[in-house]
Amino acid sequence: MAEKVLMKGNEAIAEAAILAGCRHYFGYPITPQTEIAAYMAKRMPKIGGTFLQAESEIAAINMVYGVSATGKRVMTSSSSPGISLKGEGLSYLAGADLPALVVNVQRGGPGLGGIQPSQSDYFQATKGGAHGDFHMLVLAPASVQEMAELTVKGFALADKYRMTAMILADGTMGQMMEPVSLDFAVGEAVEKPWATNGTKLSRPHNIINSLILKPERLEELNFERYERYAKIKETEVMYEEYMMEDAEICVVAFGIAARVSKNAINEARAKGIKVGLIRPITLWPFPEKAIAAAAEKVKKFISVELSMGQMIEDVRLAVNGKAPVTLCNRTGGMIPAPEQVLAAITEAAK
Amino acid sequence: MAKLTFKTEKCKGCGLCVDACPKGVLALAEDKINQKGHHPIEAVNEAACIGCAFCATMCPDCIIKVER
Amino acid sequence: MVVFDKPHALTDAPLHYCPGCTHGIVHRLVAEVIDELGIEGRTIGIAPVGCSVMSYDYFNCDMIEAAHGRAPAVATGVKRSDPENIVFTYQGDGDLASIGMAETVHSAARNENITIIFINNAIYGMTGGQMAPTSLPGQVTQTSPYGRDTAHCGFPIKVCELLSSLDGPEYLERVAVNNVKNVKNAKKAIKKAFENQVNGKGFSLVEVLSTCPTNWGMTPKRALEWIDEKMIPYYPLGVYKDRSAEK
Repeated sequence: MAEKVLMKGNEAIAEAAILAGCRHYFGYPITPQTEIAAYMAKRMPKIGGTFLQAESEIAAINMVYGVSATGKRVMTSSSSPGISLKGEGLSYLAGADLPALVVNVQRGGPGLGGIQPSQSDYFQATKGGAHGDFHMLVLAPASVQEMAELTVKGFALADKYRMTAMILADGTMGQMMEPVSLDFAVGEAVEKPWATNGTKLSRPHNIINSLILKPERLEELNFERYERYAKIKETEVMYEEYMMEDAEICVVAFGIAARVSKNAINEARAKGIKVGLIRPITLWPFPEKAIAAAAEKVKKFISVELSMGQMIEDVRLAVNGKAPVTLCNRTGGMIPAPEQVLAAITEAAK
Repeated sequence: MAKLTFKTEKCKGCGLCVDACPKGVLALAEDKINQKGHHPIEAVNEAACIGCAFCATMCPDCIIKVER
Repeated sequence: MVVFDKPHALTDAPLHYCPGCTHGIVHRLVAEVIDELGIEGRTIGIAPVGCSVMSYDYFNCDMIEAAHGRAPAVATGVKRSDPENIVFTYQGDGDLASIGMAETVHSAARNENITIIFINNAIYGMTGGQMAPTSLPGQVTQTSPYGRDTAHCGFPIKVCELLSSLDGPEYLERVAVNNVKNVKNAKKAIKKAFENQVNGKGFSLVEVLSTCPTNWGMTPKRALEWIDEKMIPYYPLGVYKDRSAEK
């Protein structure tokens, strides 16, 4: 067993990115994820990497676009309002099929909102996040260890599928300190023959581009991209099941909401209520098959969220009318207490 | 004497080369139309060409080759 | 002996620009400089949004198409990733001086070691002739049909003058491509802007006064004259910053 170190979630993301071979970070200050930038500012110059504080979130994501075009691993991080600004770049990255890692340590919204934890960017993250037909791989850590592991995984998936991987965390995950093992396989580098790193006069020029004026060709490219997405849906779904073997009630929750829910489930089990948890780790692709399978035997579903109810729409689609799905939520930076979730479970058990 | 070669099909007939030429060598071919629908450039007095390449300097479409 | 022929760094693709548009001249000058410096194999160009959006098809070096105004940020990423490569952006006035002003100013302030070719033709060409940040006072465009009223929508932005107030940039020069002499001067400026990057000197921007005969509503010949009559008096040609020369 590798040695564990005590780290903040945000720092774990930064160190894991470096271990994954990322040597370029661009960002703009915003609470509650500034530790990532601060960590990179300290570490990058010492390992021959680049940390650059950009003039805006828009500039930062476009610097990411530039590095990614050269074929190297690159990342940016922000929090909700900043991610909205990055939306333009996220769409262009998708249109140009460029890999990147983007971290969203969510805070309450809309607008400037607050600085306390939230999951209210679920729609934005999982439904594309900007204009056009596209998806991002969305990974939702529920521990500091997962902040690190999913960062490494995110880089690998981004390279493999030439798309953006987003770590969708929240303020609690970012600020929380836990012991982390940073001993994981990073995987082999992916060949990138499409990179714009100079022709050396030995190949035709490469063009990184998202402008396709012929509608027939643009449609074809979108179909191709969605074939890739279909493969991802088949092979890359990640989720955790907890006490689901005999469960009659299924809580669906991710990130901090899943941790709170586990406590509530333990208490409910102590009272004899058969309740379990499905925790999506990939929010896109969503574990719809696991939830659909659970819907064959579970009587009720509860979606626990730090939002007005966003993931619940995907839960309902997966359940497909086979059982009622209710919402247990807090929003605006508030976190549901285990008692609130327990009350929802108790109500469902009646 | 200099030699001029034109990629006539790429010519857009803007005439900037005609005005740039100090020797009146060039003119738009009013009796010809290329595939793009323009009257392309032609040398009407090539013997007077001094190979200064002013025409090519002002040509936005890089259709003129000048040899001396 | 060949006195003049298409440079290697330009592809054979026919340019989509309107007849007499001087974008083509500037493309050729950039390509000639790339040829002369022998850097095509390690040059990466960044295309903007606007008329020159498809310039990625016209240069033989690797090309990246950027979002509107973001070319300097993309160039920053490319250059920071591969500092030994030569990175240039090719941007119009709407791209560089309106939507991308922050990226322009900050890349200059950082003295990013990149080369920017800035086409100032005082209008948005691709979208059909709207008022640009560089449209002249009184200039009639599709969105200033009664002439640019400075009391209503302010004054044109003089990019070289504005950037020259910064400590960051290495080299700023404004040139024009409306006659043979000016084209030759423009070539010199563009070459210097690339040489500066090769020599690690930093941010070099060449503002090129260029024509848009179609949207100005003029013949190509008349458009060249309009640069002399209207553009150059408002946007004087010359070197606005050259830190090497100052030393």
